[in-house]
Amino acid sequence: MGARLLGHALRSQVSAALKEGRVTPTELCQRCLALIKSTKFLNAYITVTEETALKQAEESEKRRKRGQPLGILDGIPIAVKDNFNTAGIETTCASNMLKGYISPYNATVVQKLLDQGAVLLGKTNLDEFAMGSGSTDGVFGPVRNPWSYSKQYKEKSVPKSHSEDEEYNWVITGGSSGGSAAAVSSFTCFAALGSDTGGSTRNPAAHCGVVGLKPTYGLISRHGLIPLVNSMDVPGILTRCVDDAAVLLGSLAGHDPKDSTTIQDDFKPFELPDLPDVSKLSIGIPKEYHAPGLSSEILSLWSKAADLFKNAGAKVVEVSLPHTRYSIVCYHVLCTAEVASNMARFDGLEYGHRSDVKDSTESMYAATRREGFNDVVRGRILSGNYFLLKQNYEKYFVKAQKVRRLIANDFGKVFGSGVDILLTPTTLSDAVPYTEFIQEDNRTRSAQDDILTQAANMAGLPAINVPTALSERGLPVGLQFIGRSFQEKQLLTVAKWFEKQVQFPVIQLEEAERHDNGVFQHQKSASFS
Amino acid sequence: MRVLSLGRWLRAGRVPPREPASRPSGHRHSGHRPQGPPQELPQGPSQVPPQVPPQKVSVEVLEHLEHLALVDFRDSEGVERLQKAIQFADQLHEVNTDGVEPMDSVLEDRWCLYLREDDVTEGNCTKELLENARETVEEYFVAPPGINLCKSLVVLLETFDV
Repeated sequence: MGARLLGHALRSQVSAALKEGRVTPTELCQRCLALIKSTKFLNAYITVTEETALKQAEESEKRRKRGQPLGILDGIPIAVKDNFNTAGIETTCASNMLKGYISPYNATVVQKLLDQGAVLLGKTNLDEFAMGSGSTDGVFGPVRNPWSYSKQYKEKSVPKSHSEDEEYNWVITGGSSGGSAAAVSSFTCFAALGSDTGGSTRNPAAHCGVVGLKPTYGLISRHGLIPLVNSMDVPGILTRCVDDAAVLLGSLAGHDPKDSTTIQDDFKPFELPDLPDVSKLSIGIPKEYHAPGLSSEILSLWSKAADLFKNAGAKVVEVSLPHTRYSIVCYHVLCTAEVASNMARFDGLEYGHRSDVKDSTESMYAATRREGFNDVVRGRILSGNYFLLKQNYEKYFVKAQKVRRLIANDFGKVFGSGVDILLTPTTLSDAVPYTEFIQEDNRTRSAQDDILTQAANMAGLPAINVPTALSERGLPVGLQFIGRSFQEKQLLTVAKWFEKQVQFPVIQLEEAERHDNGVFQHQKSASFS
Repeated sequence: MRVLSLGRWLRAGRVPPREPASRPSGHRHSGHRPQGPPQELPQGPSQVPPQVPPQKVSVEVLEHLEHLALVDFRDSEGVERLQKAIQFADQLHEVNTDGVEPMDSVLEDRWCLYLREDDVTEGNCTKELLENARETVEEYFVAPPGINLCKSLVVLLETFDV
């Protein structure tokens, strides 16, 4: 039996292990489930579907024995953010409004994964209705960043005299797909689905040291993803390496008749070159992404990354996206407006929480929504409705739509001038302790934390976080690449090249090591620390 | 386009963030974003000029919003949150958007909403759909009476002195 399995990359190692029979899908599933149990303190999962997962693993095993695996994902344990509908399984969006709601159908992306034999381990935790940047505001409590318990972080902490402090100092995962990021980061699954509206996949990916891909808007179906902002939402992919992200993308992308915002062009799954070459590329460094509050550490890593590309022969140029500073404001208006509309469906009549108030329809609706939504959601609904009032519609909503075009045009101009890929930081700093994070309210935090990620959603562009190095505190820091629309192959090729250069270290997590019968190989990060 | 000279660019960029003081918890959060006095709004985009006082939302509008949204503000904090949201959004007015068309979708050039054939391809799932509702009668979702009906009923009852 191979040791260190749970830490393996999906494509290159686990798939091979399954194919060669060195491990069976059932064994793999059981190990992941055991690890989920022993890392329960992370609170990454809302629902663990133990029974169905084992059944799926069994089916996969039968297929493999017959020599008929469905594909590379057959038997691979995955997790799904709890805002995707999963038939027969509770889908809560971490909200009281949907507690107890059993989806009657699978989201298209979930169905695609299951059709390829993936084993669904469970639904992961998030900020309520994906609103937030910390994964701290769901009704099931906050998600803890696995790196809080890593050897690397503990070593850098000032030695404590009492054991309480470890609890006190755990850091956030970022959000809103924090549960998915933590699940992948702590080896409980090989890939996870998140969603990305303003950075909700890339932000926790950066804080948890995993790859977080936001595909081009229109590439992957949103059918079954409980919507936040219809014009910006995309399903996000979280994996431990770029190759795996490419595998997942290949399984999920393509037109869906049930989602008319998916483009009709054929999507061809691709494999990334083993030895990517970046020497013919032009990498743009948008100067406005040197945002106020950007830590000097990340600034330095960003600069070193640019050097890496330059030394490899790529053309590295400073570019300007002049409307960057307004994108967060624009997002604030468009997001709250679309949220106000999308949340209108929750009235207690057809599904979800229903208040006991019976006086009238209106009072029942109002009470249901009062009881079901947290302050964050309710705040956004109210703001959104304000911006959509007749007297405000042109002034705010339409104005924001115009600014959106300017932001999208900024990117268009830059890519049109010959730049292939943009290189930016993903977050302003490494993950902060929970106790510090909650000192500011959700809206303030979101506005601060989304600043580097959400312009890509505004323009619908593909973007990816690649874990780069550990900070001085021993926590992951990532960098972001933004590509042209529907040019995921180029984007991922560059990301893979960068990943190979930086050799981001493996997390040394006691819990995972215990379940994997071996000591994790400590990889040195060659260029960066 | 001139080749990036990183050193020059970094110096010419924004004022570098201040290094924060060390945190009481014992961690040295070097490189962490600066903590000044608690900020209601994030740094970065310029604030609305101070000589223009932020418009207070009238009570009528607040009530109207609660009615439209079927969500209440709950307390003064909720109202304040709205005020801040409006103040934040007001920064949009600094941008010149003359002659700019609003953007509904990033796919506007690539895609037009298509109509599919009017064929029934799925359905027959009444039972599953009703399962998630708390109050149903046969194949109906049950709602309390509408407001107008209530009022009419009250008037009716009062008329007949019931």
